[in-house]
Amino acid sequence: MRKSKLCHLDDLDLLKDGMTIMCGGFGGVGSPPTLIDWILDSGIKGITLISNDAGFPWIGPGKLVTEKRVKRLIASHIGSNPEAGKQMHSGDLEVTFYPQGTLAEKIRAGGMGLGGILVDVGLGTSIEEGKEKVTVNGREYMIEPALQADLAIISCKKADGYGNLIYDQSARNTNPLVASAGNITIAEADEVVDIGQLHPEEIITQGVFVDHVVQSKGVDWKWVWELKQES
Amino acid sequence: MGMGAETRKLIAKRAAEEIEFGMMVNLGIGIPTLVADYIPDSLGVMLHTENGILGMGGSPERGHEDGNLSNAGGYPVSIIKGASFFDSAEAFGMVRRGHLDITILGALEVSGKGDIANWIVPGKRVPGMGGAIDLAQKAKKVIVLMSHTTKDGKPKILTTCSLPLTVKEGANMIITERAVLKIESGGLKLIEIMPGYTVEDVLNSTEAEIEIELVRRN
Repeated sequence: MRKSKLCHLDDLDLLKDGMTIMCGGFGGVGSPPTLIDWILDSGIKGITLISNDAGFPWIGPGKLVTEKRVKRLIASHIGSNPEAGKQMHSGDLEVTFYPQGTLAEKIRAGGMGLGGILVDVGLGTSIEEGKEKVTVNGREYMIEPALQADLAIISCKKADGYGNLIYDQSARNTNPLVASAGNITIAEADEVVDIGQLHPEEIITQGVFVDHVVQSKGVDWKWVWELKQES
Repeated sequence: MGMGAETRKLIAKRAAEEIEFGMMVNLGIGIPTLVADYIPDSLGVMLHTENGILGMGGSPERGHEDGNLSNAGGYPVSIIKGASFFDSAEAFGMVRRGHLDITILGALEVSGKGDIANWIVPGKRVPGMGGAIDLAQKAKKVIVLMSHTTKDGKPKILTTCSLPLTVKEGANMIITERAVLKIESGGLKLIEIMPGYTVEDVLNSTEAEIEIELVRRN
């Protein structure tokens, strides 16, 4: 019988200062709350964070930025996290921006074992500055190297013991891409099921990309729209 | 910026008139989000979101929100029949591949040639481009919705953009509280005046050169 990848975070010794962490989610939706808190509690700092965005100051990977654990951020957008903007302007946080689709594809390339991608999005803008270019079939492209990370953290709706994953609606977003691009990938699942419980046709991320599965404690933040309703 | 709710609705309603049967459309944050309220169901439009929905529907009733079903701005939405979910790489794959008929977005500046600047004010506000560059460069038609001038009354439709560009020669149409302008073969054409404004008002608050080709609309 196959050994289950389900484990407790206390048994994992993976976190180190200065490591590169890739985090799934989009505006905090689909970001793994339990894994983010685990990283916060570990006290590690100097993280290079790769994420679609900087979340909100109290939501998703935004928490790591707010607590000043991140020294470098690779993202497409930080507008929803003023703390990230403040740290960038003070020089405490180095931010590298990529167009959203390019960033997603750089992560996917990292996960699919490619060296990079050829993309023309951003030609004619400051995005092309310093980029290596190549002409293929008469069209000019930038070479964008693939992205990988020491650790990838993602969330999903259901995981089985092999690490096969399914997602929930728009919380899928960057998670399948990030899952494949980690040297070590931890999936936080709302529900852990036995192997065989997920239909082969519905599995989105194959267990081969996932090293560890942990049970989620659930979202521990309030969404912006919830706070607006309360006020 | 600083526009009243009714003015914002007027701009959104006018933008919705550009949407045709069966189109795939992406709506940006701000006034563009309001456009969804004016697209008739009978058009069978598929709204696209960067986070991975094709077939986005309107806001759910209060109490029926789902934290895992949201638009790219993080606000709860619903889905329509025929909708699908996918990852962010696929969301932009369909954009780059040329399937997006219209993208409607906001801007800080637009030039008479259609250059758009909307993602960075160096040294001041640096939110990042998100999906704006992908969308503005790859959509078949790019419609900019914005206030005609800055808060201080300075023109936002310029001969040349002063801010870093989102896209070069990307915009096809600009809709403001004052006018509807088309960008065709590298030139700006005034095609409609919004209620309460005159041609003079538009010319005086626009820096870029304008050709006047007013169209009478029903």
